[in-house]
Amino acid sequence: MPEGGTGIGAAVKRVEDKRFLTGRGNYTDDINRPNQTYAYILRSSHAHATLNSVDTGAATSAPGVLAVFTGADMETGGLPCGWQVHSKDGSPMHEPPHPPLAKGKVRHVGDPVAVVIAETYAQAKDAAELIAVDYGELPAVVHMNDALAGKSLVHDEIGTNLCYDWEIGDEAQIDEAFAKAHHVTEIDIVNNRLIPNAMEPRAAVGEYDRSTDEYTLFTTSQNPHVIRLLMGAFVLSIPEHKLRVVAPDVGGGFGSKIYHYAEEAIVTWAAPRVGRPIKWTCDRSDAFISDAHGRDHISKAKMAMDSEGKFLALKVETKANMGAYLSTFAPCVPTYLYATLLAGVYSTPLIYCNVKAIFTNTVPVDAYRGAGRPEATYLLERLVAKCAREMGMSQTDIRRANFIPADAFPYQTPVALQYDSGNYTATLDKAESVHDVAGFEARRKESEARGKRRGIGYSTYLEACGIAPSAVVGSLGARAGLYESAEVRVHPTGSVTVFTGSHSHGQGHETTFAQLVCERLGLPMSNIEISHGDTNKVQFGMGTYGSRSLAVGGEAIMKAMDKVVNKAKKIAAHILEASESDIEFKDGTFTVAGTDRSMAFGEVALAAYVPHNFPHDELEPGLDEKAFYDPLNFTFPGGCHICEVEVDPDTGVVSVQRMTAVDDVGRVINPMIVEGQIHGGLAQGIGQALLEGCVYDADGQLVTGSYMDYCMPRADNFPSFSAGTEITLCAHNSLGVKGCGEVGAIGSPPAVINAVVDALWDLGVHDMPMPASPQTVWKALKAASPAVAAE
Amino acid sequence: MPTVSMTVNGKKVSGEVEGRILLVQFLRENLRLTGTHVGCDTSQCGACVVHVNGDSMKSCTLLAVQAEGAEVTTIEGLADGDTLHPMQEAFRDNHGLQCGFCTPGMVMSAVDLVKKNPKASEHEIREWLEGNICRCTGYHNIVKSIQQAQQTM
Ligand code: FES
Ligand code: FES
Repeated sequence: MPEGGTGIGAAVKRVEDKRFLTGRGNYTDDINRPNQTYAYILRSSHAHATLNSVDTGAATSAPGVLAVFTGADMETGGLPCGWQVHSKDGSPMHEPPHPPLAKGKVRHVGDPVAVVIAETYAQAKDAAELIAVDYGELPAVVHMNDALAGKSLVHDEIGTNLCYDWEIGDEAQIDEAFAKAHHVTEIDIVNNRLIPNAMEPRAAVGEYDRSTDEYTLFTTSQNPHVIRLLMGAFVLSIPEHKLRVVAPDVGGGFGSKIYHYAEEAIVTWAAPRVGRPIKWTCDRSDAFISDAHGRDHISKAKMAMDSEGKFLALKVETKANMGAYLSTFAPCVPTYLYATLLAGVYSTPLIYCNVKAIFTNTVPVDAYRGAGRPEATYLLERLVAKCAREMGMSQTDIRRANFIPADAFPYQTPVALQYDSGNYTATLDKAESVHDVAGFEARRKESEARGKRRGIGYSTYLEACGIAPSAVVGSLGARAGLYESAEVRVHPTGSVTVFTGSHSHGQGHETTFAQLVCERLGLPMSNIEISHGDTNKVQFGMGTYGSRSLAVGGEAIMKAMDKVVNKAKKIAAHILEASESDIEFKDGTFTVAGTDRSMAFGEVALAAYVPHNFPHDELEPGLDEKAFYDPLNFTFPGGCHICEVEVDPDTGVVSVQRMTAVDDVGRVINPMIVEGQIHGGLAQGIGQALLEGCVYDADGQLVTGSYMDYCMPRADNFPSFSAGTEITLCAHNSLGVKGCGEVGAIGSPPAVINAVVDALWDLGVHDMPMPASPQTVWKALKAASPAVAAE
Repeated sequence: MPTVSMTVNGKKVSGEVEGRILLVQFLRENLRLTGTHVGCDTSQCGACVVHVNGDSMKSCTLLAVQAEGAEVTTIEGLADGDTLHPMQEAFRDNHGLQCGFCTPGMVMSAVDLVKKNPKASEHEIREWLEGNICRCTGYHNIVKSIQQAQQTM
């Protein structure tokens, strides 16, 4: 390994940091094109209304205005959905049209109505105030139950607000198991709606070159090739070779920048019409009402157990909010990324889940860090905690009694997935020791002496990531394959550029992927460049989400490097006059086995590009290889999170005292980066549990529409975390990697809430919704024991 | 339109701005100093923090004309040529940044904290950062970075 350790397993400092730390990052809003104009989007102020008329006359003649367009002008395709789910009766989901600019009706506050393009952003925004929209207000459906009752139809043409009614498992068989159970524990669970809030607001710059008929879109995206495909093929009918999509530095995504958004299509479509580049940058206030939201499930679940607390059957009914339109990934989140995870780490033999996806007059809901898996984990781990209480078992005994044993892999769950590896007892043991669970009783007493209540909560969870095998997701309704591609281009002097279809928006791929190259090709970091995010440079890509970059994108790079080494061996064999099978490659040197005849990697690279005596019928010049990698299975990271909270019974304030995460993320390439990913996930998970919650009023107005109302986690909401790993290798990829981007957000919310419930159990509080804000906790205390709160 | 003059990163600059233009817009759009970021429109995220006459300040809370005659330092002006400021170095050493979007404001705010309260405890560091939101790091490594800079600044 060169440079004193920059290969696999080394905590290499990040390559990308210098530009970010000196203000030289290149985010979409930092891009300024010559002669550029500015767009402002006028959005619906109503949750549900007919658009009787949109009068743009005054706006069009306002100072600096170049054009105003409405839905009537924009005769394009609608924003497409990437997944098709079928209802249990076999019928396909309802998939209503989603025009980039509303036509005829607006369906949520924030639905785009018109775009103003002007010389300056201020002029565009001023002019938008002159647009006269005649709204015919309609009753809004905000709550899923009201939507199901058909109080108002979000999409009149489909005649229902039920998008699909899906199931997995055999309901009759499950009901039989429940009838025979020793005990049944039931729980009602709400998974609160969240607003992703990547710190960089979305932005897009569209331009058109009349001389070449080429379009370019710079956009804040996690997957530029997917945007090119969706926008080019479905919305604007621009062929790929005439459309370049660039996602430069992107300031966080967490899922919210996967999807193809209206504004991308609007600036690209309008650019030739205005004849100049157009920049749109979202205000934070508009981000709250236009970025896809996350979570928002309401569920009923019950577990059947025998007299020993062994799980016999699990039955779940879930309502999932889709919002007003189907966002790109939305339908798969509460089905294939949720119900298939309901076995968790337990050997529950029978599972049934029914999911009703529902349209409401709210912002579309889609994947947010974890997507489906946090919802499954929260439901299961809250339920398991309650099972333990009702069975009189400890929180760890009930888990240990039901864990899939470490020698049972590969393990086929009753809900379609086959786990390849894991050791749940080991992660639980390690977490208990790292957390110092043994010292909890003493800490609890100490808190009590100060008038505080202390509680401890567990979550032993599992997730599926590295999405995903194309054949599997294809059979589940994905309209795309989920492989990844890589090109490893060796330059004549032996330096290397890797082009990857993964996209980094904080994950540090420029470092982690370079470490793979260090390890495999024996090169120093300084000779390696990782290139991503530009469809004109990178051959193809499915992008970054679902913790897939390393497990799928990294494997594609490994595969391309294998091809490079194979080709380089041929070149070395030719020059060293040896047989190819005698060439060995180690630490950047090609050697004829058993001799001292060798060539350095750089010498072979140079020979590849100066092929003076190559036998051209056998050996092509050049050293540049591509690979596409389609995984064989999902990967299954898992782990144990333990949270310890202190609750002030007088004020309801919950403070996290200790947060321990021991995760099995497979092989770790860069431990510093992995820990950072886990910390970030924990903060979002604890944020969901204690602080964050999206609130709509009955008319569909977003109450939590700014950082004054939506409680973003701040530094003083957390303690320092104890994050560690306990590894089993993924059995079906060459690196043994599983993924670490989402584990923190998936595992932690139930650990936090279980801890709050534990702290307050003796005061009569046996349930706690998220977010457990001071007011919510105080109210729960008051309801449980009026005397306590009245003091 | 009024003209505004100030010193930014040691250089005298001036420009014509509309009265309503914020300092952050003047920096980003007139001067093309795009290291200072805009993460919100309610002055809460701190992505826009710069130093004005030596104090950290959210540059979205100030009109450009209010900074008339001021000494402004942005993230671009913090390093000494190719040598990173100890706070920048500390963020790099401790993985105090991921996507980098909150980072310029975070670093500028942290520099001011260590100048004003060099011995700040972990608790005081976390409280000081109340006006800087990071969605990526969970703050753990940001706190560690600042603790390192307390030793090296
Ligand atoms: S831009 Fe958010 S505080 Fe200034
Ligand atoms: S590093 Fe991404 S917001 Fe802080």
